[in-house]
Amino acid sequence: MSTTAAPKLKTSAMIASFADPGQKTASAPFGHALVKAAQENEKIVGLTADLGKYTDMHIFAQAYPERFFQMGMAEQLLFGAAAGLAETGLVPFASTYSVFAARRAYDFLCLDAAEPNLNVNIVGGLPGLTTGYGPSHQATEDMAIFRGMPNLTIVDPCDSLDIEQAVPQLAASPGPSYLRLLRGNVPTVLDEYDYSFELGKAKVLRGGADVVFISSGLMTMRALQAAEALAAHHVDVAVVHAPTIKPFDAATVLAELNTDRLAVTLENHSVVGGLFETVASAVVTAGLGKRVVPVALPDQFLDAGALPTLHDRYGLTVQKIVAKVLAELG
Amino acid sequence: MTTTEEAHMTRTEETMANTSTQRVASVSAAAYRIRHHALTMGEVQGQGYVGQALGAADMLAAVYADQLRFRADDPEWAERDRFLLSTGHYAIGHYAALAEAGVIPVEELDTYGSDDSRLPMSGMSTYTPGMEISGGSLGHGLSIAVGIALGLRHQGSAARVYNFLSDGELDEGSTWEAAMGAHHHQLGNLTAMVDINALQADGKTDTVLRTEPVTEKWEAFGWYTQRVDGNDMAALLTAFDNAAAQAALTGRPSVILCDTKVGRGVPLLEDREKAHFMRIEEHEWQTCREQLTAGYEERTSS
Repeated sequence: MSTTAAPKLKTSAMIASFADPGQKTASAPFGHALVKAAQENEKIVGLTADLGKYTDMHIFAQAYPERFFQMGMAEQLLFGAAAGLAETGLVPFASTYSVFAARRAYDFLCLDAAEPNLNVNIVGGLPGLTTGYGPSHQATEDMAIFRGMPNLTIVDPCDSLDIEQAVPQLAASPGPSYLRLLRGNVPTVLDEYDYSFELGKAKVLRGGADVVFISSGLMTMRALQAAEALAAHHVDVAVVHAPTIKPFDAATVLAELNTDRLAVTLENHSVVGGLFETVASAVVTAGLGKRVVPVALPDQFLDAGALPTLHDRYGLTVQKIVAKVLAELG
Repeated sequence: MTTTEEAHMTRTEETMANTSTQRVASVSAAAYRIRHHALTMGEVQGQGYVGQALGAADMLAAVYADQLRFRADDPEWAERDRFLLSTGHYAIGHYAALAEAGVIPVEELDTYGSDDSRLPMSGMSTYTPGMEISGGSLGHGLSIAVGIALGLRHQGSAARVYNFLSDGELDEGSTWEAAMGAHHHQLGNLTAMVDINALQADGKTDTVLRTEPVTEKWEAFGWYTQRVDGNDMAALLTAFDNAAAQAALTGRPSVILCDTKVGRGVPLLEDREKAHFMRIEEHEWQTCREQLTAGYEERTSS
């Protein structure tokens, strides 16, 4: 009889953390930020489509049960009702997964909220590649889908600090928004920098003479880590964080791009229609003959699996970023 | 007395009112004028959704001339009842009702569907006073109505929400998401009215996607359900009274299923082969108006 145990397999999890071991994190930053904002603004209400626990909306629901509306697994109703709530002067935050927000109920957000420019704030969980469940749950093209919607503000936050500061600003700004949610224990990264989230603004987090990274979302965390790692290779990297994808702060980004440095965009999204193409269109519109290298997910349906495996497979890890930059620099 | 208490008082008085001959005659007269307005707008275009407007004129008149609490000179009045037109293409009928109600000038109806008009072919909230939502992408109205009803109740308003939808919209899954949601949240301040003209873009409803049994569906979704002849004003008003009598901030939502006839009031169009987008020849418009007037005068003089 063999006593050899089978090797432990890496398994996928619906909600997998992308925090590094030992990294500083904050628990449910969106839920707590919404509660805080609601303390100051009685117009704020929350709703979800049977995903309150998985989008950190449950924190708000517990704090303000009378201001929380469960819509059931009905995303069209979720967005239509959110628009209706906004029509009465309330400020709704409606949460679901990004795949459902973008793919399943687009028409309702577009016509009911965006066309009348109502203050409806959509919060999408599992943006890009933040789950190993495969294409049914991986919203790799959510920004591509949403960028074409007039009036819609799109925010791709990096960490807990970004989320905490974005929520009250989204509540205060008129018009609809889409926030790419990071939930659960979310890394806290940007507190190490002289940084604050400003809706519509890109910020230079660090300067560097050889390479400039333009990044959004959790890839700003990786960009900062990659910049550190590249320093060991005597490569000096600047990092510009552009969490507001639309309207895009082209002025700040183009000022950084219009140099001889190698330009790299980094995003947790398909190479089609996300940050890379946003930057590329700004570059072309300004008439800059500047090459831009994308670090992004491929234009394909991604595999299921464990998140670290998939991030490595599709080039989102620090190691892969460093290798790509060194290869580009020759 | 607060505005909310006043509103409740009004409700009680309305409930006690009966469908007197005078009341029916008065609202029927409004429906007659709405039909004439619709023909006027149709002639500007030469074609369009005149058939639907004529069919739904009695429903629209019952709302604007009898049920809805609104201020014609202040369409944004916070305490107003909300009327949501989900079927954007019925805007021709809605504009006619808004003109009849004094919200928009009658003369403006001549601009219907023209460049820079406030009255586009498909109704949009951003264009027209009194138009609460942008319908047209069908199956949206009831979802928005759920949110408005929730929002009004949350803020202590006694205003009621009416959503006009068509039987074609019963094809849309979102309508049933909203029907479940309204019942789950016990939106007793919400009344849906369904124009069952048995016609949709590709033909008769029962050949496109069978929606019957409609009454049983709404009942099964937990709604207070009534089905009436939507071109019988006395029956319509009774149904609205019944809905109003059981309306509450928290309670069952109500639906009035209205069987209507496309082209109602104009025999030339009632008898024509039914089409979603009806073509009417240039010389026929005068005939339509004459038939409408003759029919109305015959009924009211008898």
